[in-house]
Amino acid sequence: MTRPAVWISAALLLCVALVSAAWAGCRPGAAPGWSADERALLRSLSLASLGPLPADPSNRHADDPRAAALGHRLFFDTRFSGDGTVSCATCHLPARDFQDDRALAQGMGTTNRRTMPIAGTARSPWMFWDGRSDSQWSQALGPLESPVEHGGNRARYAHLVAEAYRAEYEAVFGALASLDGVPRDAGPVEHEAWRRAWERLPERRREDVSRIYANIGKAIAAYERTIAHAPSRFDRWVEAELAGRPHTAGSAMTRDEVAGLRLFIGKGSCINCHNGPLFTDDHFHNTGVPAASPALPADSGRATGVRQAVAAEFACTSRYSDAGADDCAELRFAVTEGEELVRAYKTPSLRNVAERAPYMHAGQLATLEAVVDHYARAPRPPAGHSELVPTQLSADERRQLVAFLRTLSGPLAAPPGHLATPPRR
Amino acid sequence: MRTTRIAITRLASLAAATLLTGCLLFARPPKDLDYSRTRQSESGLYRATIRPQGDSIPTGTLHRWTLHLETAQGAPVTTATIAIDGGMPQHRHGLPTKPRVTRALGGGDHLVEGMKFNMGGWWVVKLHVDAAAGRDSVVFNLAL
Repeated sequence: MTRPAVWISAALLLCVALVSAAWAGCRPGAAPGWSADERALLRSLSLASLGPLPADPSNRHADDPRAAALGHRLFFDTRFSGDGTVSCATCHLPARDFQDDRALAQGMGTTNRRTMPIAGTARSPWMFWDGRSDSQWSQALGPLESPVEHGGNRARYAHLVAEAYRAEYEAVFGALASLDGVPRDAGPVEHEAWRRAWERLPERRREDVSRIYANIGKAIAAYERTIAHAPSRFDRWVEAELAGRPHTAGSAMTRDEVAGLRLFIGKGSCINCHNGPLFTDDHFHNTGVPAASPALPADSGRATGVRQAVAAEFACTSRYSDAGADDCAELRFAVTEGEELVRAYKTPSLRNVAERAPYMHAGQLATLEAVVDHYARAPRPPAGHSELVPTQLSADERRQLVAFLRTLSGPLAAPPGHLATPPRR
Repeated sequence: MRTTRIAITRLASLAAATLLTGCLLFARPPKDLDYSRTRQSESGLYRATIRPQGDSIPTGTLHRWTLHLETAQGAPVTTATIAIDGGMPQHRHGLPTKPRVTRALGGGDHLVEGMKFNMGGWWVVKLHVDAAAGRDSVVFNLAL
């Protein structure tokens, strides 16, 4: 062997030794198969680990099937809008995992944010990317009066309930308050004429209308609460893997997908925030996501969202909530100030993530590959401080992570008919 | 020959640096951490014991702790102003909630509400105690 060849061989051996040492050092005891800690993590991510659906004390009708049936109809009814064309299902399409595949949602206008899916949100303490609502029913009421979403007002919706849904409404919520003297269009909204009409109403009538409006939200929430995730290929794989059973066609994961899973729970640190059976910690993080279009207003994320949540008209602590004094702990103990909140956005569930590009709160990243690249690079945030640190991921590792994320796709689970438009009466 | 050797040395160094950078990302917490549920305060004025509701500390859900506070001499501290903060030193973030002592339970016990940990790993919870014996802080390490 020539001297250069000896040096090259020695260097190669050194590299192999370094790789082995580093790998062993980073993953002590790592051998084919899974360590006890890894098995616990795998179990924690499986849908089988999801406990019973927690109660929503702020909505005493949350588990009433009659409320869910009413909410199902309201969810798909385009009359609940300013121009008769927009329903909840306009952006939350049941066939598309209750989202719309758009970077920015399109109602009567264009919003500033990406539509979020609905499945599993009954388990989350915070709604919207910035958590500005603390319940599903409170969330449902925001878009209904937003000029760029449904674009209507609560007096219009109360009249519509009285005229088209009185029997179903009264069966759940009791006698509907009289709307005599309440104009067709009135509400605390941007539209000047509607707002003035609202301000002219006596306080008691305003409260009657707002209570009907809150109940619309509670019925929609009772419906949304029934929409959950069904097992994905990953869940079937975990079940078989932990039981030591051979994998079937429905549970097998490829070598790359399993390698991606190892990265997800290990080197990639993805599991830090995307944890639990829904792959979310239901919290808010600044991960250096780039600003959306310059045409959009500055977005401070949770910093603004938490203030809105605390002051929200339909919060858990509001007069329209059914919660007791000790029931609103998430709100009572929320972090309301600090640099960490600036441009922090809610960790989205990764279930069905491969089916719903584009990504991030305003659809800034077009593909899963771009998302993994973003997390590996950990760019500086437009404002605030990013929690990310750069991660050395090879091209193969990035591909493997994406391959793993694709195993999280699965159908939704819901009572019969709930994933489709309700039949016409 | 010398050039080849330098190039190879640089290549090996680069490989080592790259691998070590990757390794740091999933580094373990420091080995000498004290995870005791009873800790002395930093200046030795107090001894504090935390008793999480249900004994084991859950991740992802709000829960309560009972905090027992006594002086270094073992006298229960029934009246104190106690502020709580903390976070994950390796993750550059604080606690996801703002827990508070909501009432004194008597005998040096205090109810802590609003505790929540939104991910696994090494957490630090710091209690800032202001009572008759003076101001001091107690630090608890948690492995979740």
